[in-house]
Amino acid sequence: MTASPASAAAPGQVKRHHWIVRLTHWATFALLAAMVTSGLQIYGAYARFGERGGPYYVNPFQDRQFPGWSRLGGWLAGALNWHFALVWPLVTVGLLYLSYLVASGEWRSLLFRPRDVRGAIEMQKYYLRLRKDHPAQGKHNPLQKLAYTFIVFLGVLAILTGFAIYKPVQLAWLTALFGGFQAARYWHFWAVWLFVGFTIVHVVLVFTVDPASFRAMISGWYRGRFPSHD
Amino acid sequence: MIDRRDFFRLAAGAGTASLAAACGWDGGNALRPLLLDVSRLNDWVGEKILFSRNRLARQYDLSERSARLPSYFISRVTPMLKDPAAWHLQVQGLVRRPQALSLDDLQRMPRTTYTIKHHCVEGWTAIATWQGVPVSAVAERCEPLPEARYIRFDSFDSGYSNGWDLASAMHPQTILAYGMNDNPLPPAHGAPLRLYSPTKLGYKLTKYLVSMTFTAERPGGYWEDQGYPWFAGL
Repeated sequence: MTASPASAAAPGQVKRHHWIVRLTHWATFALLAAMVTSGLQIYGAYARFGERGGPYYVNPFQDRQFPGWSRLGGWLAGALNWHFALVWPLVTVGLLYLSYLVASGEWRSLLFRPRDVRGAIEMQKYYLRLRKDHPAQGKHNPLQKLAYTFIVFLGVLAILTGFAIYKPVQLAWLTALFGGFQAARYWHFWAVWLFVGFTIVHVVLVFTVDPASFRAMISGWYRGRFPSHD
Repeated sequence: MIDRRDFFRLAAGAGTASLAAACGWDGGNALRPLLLDVSRLNDWVGEKILFSRNRLARQYDLSERSARLPSYFISRVTPMLKDPAAWHLQVQGLVRRPQALSLDDLQRMPRTTYTIKHHCVEGWTAIATWQGVPVSAVAERCEPLPEARYIRFDSFDSGYSNGWDLASAMHPQTILAYGMNDNPLPPAHGAPLRLYSPTKLGYKLTKYLVSMTFTAERPGGYWEDQGYPWFAGL
């Protein structure tokens, strides 16, 4: 088999992802990996949630250190400097992605809306083998829309809780919105595990359900079995 | 041109290499200076955009005080004065009228008491009551020169010190504290006098004070010089 140049459409190939989507996808992945690993280093400095003396929030990782390979920064100051530097490119990339979705109208094939509920149930039935045929879908099925909508909200939550614990006096209203400093810190930490869980499920589904979509997220071209337009 | 297969191989290789390098990596000689530059940029955002001289930190009820407030110093044993009666706070540098203030002098000046939340850079918080004289009242007495833009706070804790921007120091809740939780400031928390403010992280709140020096150049600090954020405003 000869590899066809990525820039020209071979028979059966369709352009699936704009370069902005591909760029922001991979940049987010790399930046988020650095944010999570530096965050785990920061966590180790005080590995619990709650005012000094307790009571503490429920946390399976209380008083635990994460393994060295999962931490970035070497020590608290090093990790803080990574964390506070990379937040800016991360926010920029996130805003670029959202601006593209709005400007191109592509948000329509991604945003989960109430009318997608029925389709999501049908899709879930298919995955649970309660129904044989794959429900008809556009570029993304309703469960994908749910996941991709959720991850945008999770990103917003992670950034806002981050600012709430970065400036709890100047942005006291934001900190109060999340239930105070320690609560905001707690939600910021849980966002990590939702990101990690999302990423694992996302990668597993890509390679088990639609391996062609992996190539599409790199080159933009797709020759899989799903539609690329709604 | 790199073909697609090479691209994947390259990406996988780079990913593994960066992951391996990431273990405990502070950026190395190439990236660490850049990260510190961004940290200075964040200082600027914190100081010039987010900080407000008039915004007060929330106060708490006495019943909300924490049972315990950890104490830190860099000396091997709790720093203590040999002759507490001889202690004075030196107010010096770019000022019209340098001062040497005794604890009595400071306690006769305007007094601020608040019950407030302490934020440590490590992530813990604790509520306590602090009592002292606003730094702005001391500044009024020593009359800083127009070119004074910073204050350096020095201690007798093995040379621990901090540099502050003038606006943060003049914030109404920035005080030189001599009392904690209705008692005189204990040795573990910086007796006889420490800097306190609810708008800064704990490591900026110099304990065991001996002097405050008004300067035109930005002073460093014990942790700040090792890479911790300089402004550290909350």
